[in-house]
Amino acid sequence: MPPAIELVGASKKYGNFEALKNVSFAIDKGSLVAMLGPNGAGKTTSINLMLGLRRPTSGKALIFGDDPRRIATRKRFGAMLQESGVPQLLKVTELVELFRSYYPKPLPTDQVVKLVGLEQKANTLVRDLSGGQTQRLYFALAICGDPEVLFLDEPTVGMDVEGRRVFLRAIRDFAAGGKTILLTTHYLEEADELAERVLVIDKGKVIADGSPQEIKSRVAGSKISFTSSAHIDAAALSGLPVSASDVSDHRVSLMTNDPQAVLRELFRRNVDMSNLEVRGADLEEAFLSLTGGS
Amino acid sequence: MVRVFLIQTRAEMLKFWRVPAFAFFSLGLPLIIFTFFGLQHATQPLYPHAAITVGTYVMASMAAYTVGNVMVFSFGMALAIERGQKQDLLLRASPLPPAIYLLAKVVNAAVFALVALTVLFVFAHFTASVNLDAGTWVTLAARLLLGSIPFIGLGLGFGYLVGPNAAPAVINFVYLPVAFASGIFIPVNQLPDFIRGLAPYLPLNPFVELGWNAIGFPTDRAVSTDVLYLLAYAVGFFALALWAYRRDTAAKFA
Repeated sequence: MPPAIELVGASKKYGNFEALKNVSFAIDKGSLVAMLGPNGAGKTTSINLMLGLRRPTSGKALIFGDDPRRIATRKRFGAMLQESGVPQLLKVTELVELFRSYYPKPLPTDQVVKLVGLEQKANTLVRDLSGGQTQRLYFALAICGDPEVLFLDEPTVGMDVEGRRVFLRAIRDFAAGGKTILLTTHYLEEADELAERVLVIDKGKVIADGSPQEIKSRVAGSKISFTSSAHIDAAALSGLPVSASDVSDHRVSLMTNDPQAVLRELFRRNVDMSNLEVRGADLEEAFLSLTGGS
Repeated sequence: MVRVFLIQTRAEMLKFWRVPAFAFFSLGLPLIIFTFFGLQHATQPLYPHAAITVGTYVMASMAAYTVGNVMVFSFGMALAIERGQKQDLLLRASPLPPAIYLLAKVVNAAVFALVALTVLFVFAHFTASVNLDAGTWVTLAARLLLGSIPFIGLGLGFGYLVGPNAAPAVINFVYLPVAFASGIFIPVNQLPDFIRGLAPYLPLNPFVELGWNAIGFPTDRAVSTDVLYLLAYAVGFFALALWAYRRDTAAKFA
């Protein structure tokens, strides 16, 4: 049986910009995979290729070995997209009814509305929903056809804590039925919480592919930065447990999973430091350690 | 397939009727214009010894105006709004066949146009004593509904070319002057010279002639010639719509 989702040597160029560079991966039926990467890494482009919304410049995107542009293939997946819109003048249940009708074996409307926690808003016009509620409505539209494959592009953006909790539970419930789910996020913790496999994508390439534990162990959790009056060169930093370093002017930035050890060693070496700062790395910074960063 | 089509059509109708401004412009405005142009001398013959009254003639003119307006506006506005809100994105990823999407919009517009016509006919009957036999009412409505197909193409073209905020202004800016220059509000022979030469070739002129002919007004051209004109316009407008659609989708979905 062909994989549920597959990119085969897929590249995508927008003019001169290469959004995706010869990417290949396959996702088996029944798995829950997170695609993790900073903004502009190529996550949405990958999703758009898999959904058939865009054509690869070269290579292929396949759903169960089939072209996602075919209506028959599209009946097998549902999608929640970034920045897509829906009719504002329909009520929640009307819109769910409408999208259900596109699929051969949809879930009952009541069940879908309940699953995403919009029972209180069932008869509300879409335009009167809050941002988080709209986001959950999009999720309802993605799952109402009971599709085998689910694409979720940045599903928790704009959700409050409660909305996010309800939402993550709903994804897990849906996944429990043997569904294949691919979601994009730029939160490592979200990928960790949900997925059994994480694809890290940066600058149009898959730079890591493994379990959340594997990825976490490779990503630097902290950033140490300080100013030094002395000249800091590679020799001064050699042997430190850092995954990436950056020296510009007299400002030094180090990415590490063991900030205590790094600082202890720096003090032992008597490195001149002022304006010392230690904080958790954000994702963009964490990626530097995966890409080996400068 | 039938079920999808019915549910899609129902959704189109719900969306449509929930915009009061559109209902007003499509249903109310023609009545107001009819009141201005049609009620004075409503029951008098259109010209000496004519069998048709002023009221009947103006009603037929307004009927053409109304149906054309519903087609151009419903398609133009709906598509401009859908594109503006990026509704096309999710729809393209869904398994909804494009033909059903379009057909539901056509049925919705046709039903709405029929309602608008009925309102106008009833209004004209009671305020201007317009009396036609049953066959003539039906012929008038049927001809205008079928003859409005080119204006669907024009509406689609507008919808893919113009943004949601500019759409009402742009469509009015084109539709209203063309309606005037086609002799819908003022007879062609009373238009300024330079427009009078142009009038017969404007798309709304053969269209309104279909309506005038149905009520027995002697038109300049035979019905068959009007139909040919409209066919030519249909080809032209749908070609425009296809070009505009391709231009729009090439940017977003290439």
